[in-house]
Amino acid sequence: MTYFPEEVVEHIFSFLPAQRDRNTVSLVCKVWYEIERLSRRGVFVGNCYAVRAGRVAARFPNVRALTVKGKPHFADFNLVPPDWGGYAGPWIEAAARGCHGLEELRMKRMVVSDESLELLARSFPRFRALVLISCEGFSTDGLAAVASHCKLLRELDLQENEVEDRGPRWLSCFPDSCTSLVSLNFACIKGEVNAGSLERLVSRSPNLRSLRLNRSVSVDTLAKILLRTPNLEDLGTGNLTDDFQTESYFKLTSALEKCKMLRSLSGFWDASPVCLSFIYPLCAQLTGLNLSYAPTLDASDLTKMISRCVKLQRLWVLDCISDKGLQVVASSCKDLQELRVFPSDFYVAGYSAVTEEGLVAVSLGCPKLNSLLYFCHQMTNAALVTVAKNCPNFTRFRLCILEPGKPDVVTSQPLDEGFGAIVRECKGLQRLSISGLLTDKVFMYIGKYAKQLEMLSIAFAGDSDKGMMHVMNGCKNLRKLEIRDSPFGDAALLGNFARYETMRSLWMSSCNVTLKGCQVLASKMPMLNVEVINERDGSNEMEENHGDLPKVEKLYVYRTTAGARDDAPNFVKIL
Amino acid sequence: MSVETERSSTESSAASGLDFEDTALTLRLPGSLAAAAAPDPDRKRSSPSSSDAADAADNSSPLAAAADAPPAPKARVVGWPPVRSFRKNALAAKFVKVAVDGAPYLRKVDLEAYSGYDQLLRALQDKFFSHFTIRKFADDERKLVDAVNGTEYVPTYEDKDGDWMLVGDVPWKMFVETCQRLRLMKSSEAVNLAPRAAQ
Repeated sequence: MTYFPEEVVEHIFSFLPAQRDRNTVSLVCKVWYEIERLSRRGVFVGNCYAVRAGRVAARFPNVRALTVKGKPHFADFNLVPPDWGGYAGPWIEAAARGCHGLEELRMKRMVVSDESLELLARSFPRFRALVLISCEGFSTDGLAAVASHCKLLRELDLQENEVEDRGPRWLSCFPDSCTSLVSLNFACIKGEVNAGSLERLVSRSPNLRSLRLNRSVSVDTLAKILLRTPNLEDLGTGNLTDDFQTESYFKLTSALEKCKMLRSLSGFWDASPVCLSFIYPLCAQLTGLNLSYAPTLDASDLTKMISRCVKLQRLWVLDCISDKGLQVVASSCKDLQELRVFPSDFYVAGYSAVTEEGLVAVSLGCPKLNSLLYFCHQMTNAALVTVAKNCPNFTRFRLCILEPGKPDVVTSQPLDEGFGAIVRECKGLQRLSISGLLTDKVFMYIGKYAKQLEMLSIAFAGDSDKGMMHVMNGCKNLRKLEIRDSPFGDAALLGNFARYETMRSLWMSSCNVTLKGCQVLASKMPMLNVEVINERDGSNEMEENHGDLPKVEKLYVYRTTAGARDDAPNFVKIL
Repeated sequence: MSVETERSSTESSAASGLDFEDTALTLRLPGSLAAAAAPDPDRKRSSPSSSDAADAADNSSPLAAAADAPPAPKARVVGWPPVRSFRKNALAAKFVKVAVDGAPYLRKVDLEAYSGYDQLLRALQDKFFSHFTIRKFADDERKLVDAVNGTEYVPTYEDKDGDWMLVGDVPWKMFVETCQRLRLMKSSEAVNLAPRAAQ
């Protein structure tokens, strides 16, 4: 094929949208490498420290869509120190220097400064989409810059970021000429927005499909906005309190009736139960429903609504729905594919209103279920075996029993057999989180059966190095492994060290790994960055271990072509 | 180290809002924090096996015993349950409505965002009613005064039982927990409210 003109080869490559395939063809020969890199439109970087930003920008100068991920996943739960790193600056600067055609930027768990957003806003004339997920470090001033300068903006999606609020000005910065918005999500911004600016912006955005408002937006404003968005498919409601008269709700109902395309609802902050009945007429058309930010709604409010949502495919809800409520889900939502049940009270240790009963009910009633995140009070092996039989299509199965190390509540046995059934029956399982009392046996099952597993989260589990080695040796597709508070030491870490080059990352905190073990790993595998994170000073460490080799508080291992990073804070040692 | 206990009563009660250390009747000396650091398990919602299982949890991590804090029956583990901190913060916020006598609109404040009465009143003044000034009286009573027409307003709140009380009559944390809404009531109309501080 090398004798084809380059244009032809490039055209053929254009039929390869998958990153993996593009990467593969670029390895064939120098000519293909050149053609591929100059024609690459989408670049995904799963770890911002795995490669230098400048290198990526130089190799792919014509990139249109760039995705970069920063901190390890456990950062979501405060296990990564605040100043650890994951800075967006170098990436935006590199793109600004070399990739003027950039149109879309997606970042997750990164620290994004206002200066970076300002630079982004001014550097890419065709910029269309900014998606920030679980990011921090910026304020509404940075967003104001994006709104002001990105005249072609279609998508501004801010998911669960910590944004410093400097007043409502940013939303009024979209120029009158900005009419291209398709998706706007500012649900994570805490402060008030100007209702007038919002209405004007929405009314000049005829293509708006997705709009997620924040907690400050009132029922009155929402009703006015919806009259301007007949094509809306996805709505985040703003608050639904009963501040105002029922008149507002009637306006809301008639406005909602006009939104024939609406398929997905979220928001419901401070929702008054009264408001739900005004949403009932919509329920039959919904496929997605996120009630997980609505602690004001109790089980009966939730079930009255959900029982009407017969086409629901994705449901996020708080555990106040209770087992009985989940039975209503099971009997009403026959198409359900994704269920997330979050804890509503983090401060009553280990308590939740849902148990194995609710999960079994849903698995029985919703055979299409393939994705689960379930925080619960208790679990049994029998229940997990039933769930595995009922729903063999799980690709994501994350179960969190709130009390660490809690056994089968009926037999007091470890939950090894239950999770064993999940990995055995669900052949396509890609993501798994396990909890409860677990021995090395569960890892034997995981290593033996979970052949498609890509990400595994372990907490308070296992009893020796063997546990982790089962996983490292057995799970051939494993890309991300994160472990906390489990008795795995150097032998487990070093047992199959060559594997780390095929994986994106390994996280171990509060395990039995020692500094010596980490040093050995680093010396054997020069392509890995072995980051040791110790927030407390070393002297305490020695005392606590009474002469044993000091254990490493937190360990983060990842492959890289960039070498040791130069922005590490002093509590991070890169071996 | 795997397990960290809450180090101060302030932290734990600010988080839960349920431990009324300030108001609970105890036999300890005022300010003896050691006792407060280990909340009474009976005060929490209990499940049949909760205390046993909490012990099991402690045992399951070998380093727990090395923690320098005094052993607490309900040691809270950092980052567990694995819920995004963004979600935790969002659900922790407590918004209440603020009405001002004679004003045609309501405002909202997040009580969790403030650490005490002074901060709340300052915020009300700064954010919403910039022409108000705070006046403190000898008995520690606070009023907001409209600088334009001299009208005095008394901050009042509705508690969980639906009674209107004077702001400042209970410890701050208890106030955050029980306050349903705020009203800045004209001084002239507030004379019949519950007498301050049944202390």
